[in-house]
Amino acid sequence: MNNIFFLIFRRMRAPLLTLVMTYSIAMLGLVLIPGRDADGNVWHMDFFHAFYFVSFMSSTIGFGEIPFAFTAAQRLWVSFSIFFTVVVWLYSIGTVLALLKDETFQNALTERRFAKQIKRMRESFYLVCGYGQTGEALVKALTDRNQHAVVIDILEDRVNMLKLENLREYVPGLCGDASLPEHLLEAGLKHPLCEGVVALTNSNEDNLMIAITAKLIHPEVEVICRADSHDVEKNMASFGTDYIIDPFDAFALHLATAIQAPCLSLLQDWLSLGQRDMLNDPVYPPSKGLWVICGYGRFGKAVYDKLVREGLEVIVVEAEPEMTGTPPTHCVIGRGTEADTLTEAEIERAVGLVAGTDNDANNLSIIMTARELNTDLFVILRQNLKHNDAVIEAVGAEMVMLPSDIIANRIRVLLGAPMQHQFVKLVLHQDDEWACQLISRISALVTHHAPEVWEIAFSERESHAVCAFVRRGNQLTLGELMTDPRDRSSKLPCIPLMLYRHNDYILLPDLDLKVQKDDHLLFCGSVYAKNRMHWTLQNENALNYILTGEARPEGWVWRRLRKREVT
Amino acid sequence: MNPEKVVFGFFIVLALTLNFGFFVGELDNPDHHHVYELFAVIVVNLIATVLKFGDRTQMGAVLLATSLVALLQLFAAALVWTLAVHVTETGLTTVTMASIVSLSGGAMLANVVSVILLIIETVMLRR
Repeated sequence: MNNIFFLIFRRMRAPLLTLVMTYSIAMLGLVLIPGRDADGNVWHMDFFHAFYFVSFMSSTIGFGEIPFAFTAAQRLWVSFSIFFTVVVWLYSIGTVLALLKDETFQNALTERRFAKQIKRMRESFYLVCGYGQTGEALVKALTDRNQHAVVIDILEDRVNMLKLENLREYVPGLCGDASLPEHLLEAGLKHPLCEGVVALTNSNEDNLMIAITAKLIHPEVEVICRADSHDVEKNMASFGTDYIIDPFDAFALHLATAIQAPCLSLLQDWLSLGQRDMLNDPVYPPSKGLWVICGYGRFGKAVYDKLVREGLEVIVVEAEPEMTGTPPTHCVIGRGTEADTLTEAEIERAVGLVAGTDNDANNLSIIMTARELNTDLFVILRQNLKHNDAVIEAVGAEMVMLPSDIIANRIRVLLGAPMQHQFVKLVLHQDDEWACQLISRISALVTHHAPEVWEIAFSERESHAVCAFVRRGNQLTLGELMTDPRDRSSKLPCIPLMLYRHNDYILLPDLDLKVQKDDHLLFCGSVYAKNRMHWTLQNENALNYILTGEARPEGWVWRRLRKREVT
Repeated sequence: MNPEKVVFGFFIVLALTLNFGFFVGELDNPDHHHVYELFAVIVVNLIATVLKFGDRTQMGAVLLATSLVALLQLFAAALVWTLAVHVTETGLTTVTMASIVSLSGGAMLANVVSVILLIIETVMLRR
């Protein structure tokens, strides 16, 4: 048990002892002092009545003298007693109530309640440390997919925000320092249903500590970390952290892909969109000419490396080169918000601009100034704070990089759809033409909203009908599986993206391919197609209709009648 | 010498001795058991219980448990007394007196356990 409970009990000793002592003295006095009854006989109050009298005297000062009117001696004693019992009553009850309302004591109680809640979890969950912008986006995405999450954050306000958020699943939250192992344990790190730990706090050291604790205490658990320094990343990787996400590197890679292969980056974009997001248009960052990068911080460096590797000419503008270091190529000193620094960086002949400082106001100002000097710029904007969305949208940058969104999106795909994550990784090895073809096929399936991406597994639990069918020695092709179970002459609007069989990934599998037990398939298409396909997978009648074109009688009686008809 | 231990030991032993004082005498004879003694036993037991609050050792937990048992028995005895004299007004018959005194006897056993535990703890301390 927590120390605080013992401490609170110990502190209750003094007020309770005083209460016992004063009550017993007042009672004893009343019992000892002789009184007179209605007839004038000498009468001694008994302990029962004394207790009754003292109890109401100290709390309310009385309902009168009972059972008989008091004598002068008794009244003298009572007038003394009133003062000390009332004072002691107020002191004791006040102190005990104050102790119960003590902040540390209450926190300890909430922590215990939280730990109990976690112990009772019956479904697998992810432990999210840090409920900032990223954590919020991630928890929302997880619960939208009916996955469970537990949140730890150091700020009480943020944990309270969790209660106001309109989430689809209940998410327990604890206010505490996630880098302390005891808090991680309370939040269910040792729980057998804890699937993964996601460390998203602001500080690299805390994330590192969380990753180490998780790997030591529950080695099977998946650990995903946010990090933005290469040192810490190496450190995390050294003890087996499963995924380390650096938003700046991730964006720089995305930018490089977009320069080399616009379709490929669009495909990645589309597949990682959320369910209700609108489809975005492809972006074509110029692949020849001069790029100006304002801000040579973590983001600026990552973008600089990628652009130089693509063989582009780059000029860097940095206000404090002594803090950030200088690039090997030309560097202009200044913030980039003034026209003369930008002119010095030859903005007039530039094709692209990266506003990458860690201050949103400066970034916006850089873009406005640069656009006045050169109207045909391709602009990349680093957004630091989520709540600046409205202004960021108004400035109309071609690409916006918001670290929290990038991380949340990555982790969502990683946790919710591991096959999709694998697909996006494999796609990088394909050429742009391949991606362009796939993009046009996908855009034929969906209208304005992002395509639905889903996985199916040929296991007894997830596709009972198909498994039973294959077990009887029959064969089913992928094309047959994609037939509409309402009308077998039409196909469902979906594309099989990838097949996973015997530790092997096959991209865009052939429609004549025969499915086997324990295959995993990744599809993309409309929501309608997803729902219909699940029907075929689980319902033997639907499957039978697809294959034979006839609806089989379902009930026992009908089956009997049908048999007779046939014979 | 720890003054806290002195007060602690004093009240635990006093609870036992007073309890014994009330208990001795003919079991069903009201003249041998005075109400003031019962009052004193209850008050001292209450104090001893409160003194045992917030001790985080195993010994402390068992000591608190024995005190709570003693209190429960004594409250029952006081309740029987009050019921007999004031509510049913049958007065202190030999039957009620016997049950009051045997209840206090039970409380005394709990107090004996308390004192034994106290002695064991002291012996184990060897200082």
